[in-house]
Amino acid sequence: MNDLVFFLNKGITSGLIIGSIYALGAIGLTLIFGILRFAHFAHGDLMTLGAFVTLILAAALAALGVTLPLPLAFVVMFPAMAITAVLAIGLDKMFYKPLRQAGARPVVLVMASVGVTLMLQGVIRLFAGVRSRDMFVEAPKEIYRIPIPGATRNLVVTEPQILLMLFTVVAVIALHFFLTRARLGKAMRAVSDNPDLARITGINTEHVVWATWIIGGSLACAAGTMLSMDVTLKPDLSFNILLPIFAATIVGGIGQPYGAIAGGFLVGFCETLAVFNWSIVLRPFKDELWFDLPSNMSLVPTEYKLMVPFLILIIVLIYRPTGIFKGRVL
Amino acid sequence: MSSQTQNPIMRDIALFAALGVLVLVIFVSQGAVYSVRMLVEAGCYGIIALGLTIQWGYAGLFNVGIMGFIAAGAASSMLMTFPRNPDFWNSGGPELAGLFIVKLIACALALWLANNSNRWGVGPRLRALLITIAIAVSYLVLSFHMTVMSEEIEKASGWMGGLGLPVFFGWIIAGVIAGIIAWFVGKICLGLRSDYLAIATLGIAQIIKHFLKNADWLTNGTLTVSPMPWPVPSPADGEFLFARAAYLSVVAVALLITYLLLQRAYHSPWGRMMRAIRDNEEAAGAMGKNVNRRRLEIFILGCVLMGIGGAMLIHFTSIYDPSGFLDLNHTFLIWVMVILGGSGNNRGAIFGAIFVYIVWVMSEPLAVMLFDAIATYGNQWLGWEAPSDFLSRALQMRVFVIGLTITLVLRLAPQGLLPERQARH
Repeated sequence: MNDLVFFLNKGITSGLIIGSIYALGAIGLTLIFGILRFAHFAHGDLMTLGAFVTLILAAALAALGVTLPLPLAFVVMFPAMAITAVLAIGLDKMFYKPLRQAGARPVVLVMASVGVTLMLQGVIRLFAGVRSRDMFVEAPKEIYRIPIPGATRNLVVTEPQILLMLFTVVAVIALHFFLTRARLGKAMRAVSDNPDLARITGINTEHVVWATWIIGGSLACAAGTMLSMDVTLKPDLSFNILLPIFAATIVGGIGQPYGAIAGGFLVGFCETLAVFNWSIVLRPFKDELWFDLPSNMSLVPTEYKLMVPFLILIIVLIYRPTGIFKGRVL
Repeated sequence: MSSQTQNPIMRDIALFAALGVLVLVIFVSQGAVYSVRMLVEAGCYGIIALGLTIQWGYAGLFNVGIMGFIAAGAASSMLMTFPRNPDFWNSGGPELAGLFIVKLIACALALWLANNSNRWGVGPRLRALLITIAIAVSYLVLSFHMTVMSEEIEKASGWMGGLGLPVFFGWIIAGVIAGIIAWFVGKICLGLRSDYLAIATLGIAQIIKHFLKNADWLTNGTLTVSPMPWPVPSPADGEFLFARAAYLSVVAVALLITYLLLQRAYHSPWGRMMRAIRDNEEAAGAMGKNVNRRRLEIFILGCVLMGIGGAMLIHFTSIYDPSGFLDLNHTFLIWVMVILGGSGNNRGAIFGAIFVYIVWVMSEPLAVMLFDAIATYGNQWLGWEAPSDFLSRALQMRVFVIGLTITLVLRLAPQGLLPERQARH
């Protein structure tokens, strides 16, 4: 029973957590990819930027002596999401829009986003340094230990983890209704499917672009904040977080928000289960196994964790480039 | 665009003359030993930049994994040329390594058979199953063997050591290994849109670096390997200036040969076809050109040059340190060189490489000085206490500047300083 609880703690919970973070990041990425038609390399640093905005707001409130029943970082995440969305629109105005209007090839936009990611990295680390920071400025995070009958170990869940899962569910449902019911959401899907046809039918592409950046930027901020609440805020994530999110986007099919969610969880679970030490779960059956149980039996050593999303990406690109949800191959 | 002057030849001469003056100023102000070192490194970057300019400028391929190809080239060249490690050759290590290669070939063969099983009348379902089994089994076999092998080798001899072959041979192998990796990446991604290539190259670069950092048995991991052998008498035997000048001449000859060959390729029917594909893929395809195959060719060729250039660069620094491969220095700096110099123009790439590298090297003390001044005056005038890692943040300033340069050049001068000159036939 203990081993099962260990599996739940280390395998399922962390898979869910990292999966929701990837999903939140991948939704924005897939919308940008589908509507603006380029791979947005600055998304990882947009997440870090959002987390920093949250941290600054939370620290400011904590300095004023505000205390709330929920963690401060979670509460100020909502204004931070708005700020990040505005920043994302600003980045688009300054760096991507002029290129789009000049009729640049999509790959030039990709390159511009690489430039933007470097600028964001530079600014963030210039002002904040490279050390990790704790998002819980006012009090340490609460940890719930739920006793399980028949086991001496407890099921461990932290407060930010619960908040993250709730937030993901709410965000996904809200996004679903926005995309299927709201006028603007339908327009976004139309532009994603066929930009020329959408423009002819009178859809204001400008608004669609704004909506894309608002959703992408705010979800990136949420994902970054949640990730740093779950562990710590690391300013030097960028490319390491970018690769799994790209993998999730492509697995789910480009331009498919539901695919991105599925892809995010798929990549998240693959990653955690690949580095999970399976010998602990197999220990109760030690006597019935035909081989000696090694002390460490993970599929992938932890230091090669990054290989998992990459391999998923490669396999999808070889065998099913449209992704599992039949997205487009641009 | 006003950057296209009436006489492009004059522009070339003027820019290269200005570059020559800049180099001369550095020779006078910084001393010959330092300047020659800088020129050698700039020359190696020049070869890498030529590799990139044919990918981006000739064929429009977006490669953000240059660091990975440099690292792979440097590591394989190191393995070829570093003196042998007798402990390894006397232990059971060679046997294990040989067995690993045999297993690797067997797994590759199994995967190839599974992948091509549809030729022998196997249905798509069964083929998918066969492929899955082949991937799973080969992964388990290889990773288990690798765990055992790395433990054995690390216990017996620390690491494998090199083969002690001549340096020029090592450089060729560096190109071959980089080319093989490029073949895999290109085969998978080049049929799709260029964004996929960017994502995949970014990923492979991170993975190669991670692997080299953790593979203690193969490359000594983060413990670094030094001294790397030189193709010319190394400074230990003689004085610095002479040795470096000899190395410089080797690099210069390599750069010149590469340039001449690429120049010839650019004006050949092959180069014309490449530009046709870059400028209008559909039209080129309709003319019966095999677009993906040509792209694969040029991608591999570019990566071979990156591998060779990377090996030359790391041999010169004489210490192989996998943590020293940085995205900034070994990927994005080269991008700045190519787009600033002028993509699709080989002279532009060389000019960009030398010019940007000089600015890059010179900017380091400048940035530190600037930050030092800010810290001092901030403290004196405003009573502001600089954070303890303030000086290390000077590096981050350069990250920002590189990013800004990329975006500004793309927007304001997409053709670069030396624009591509369309040949008229």
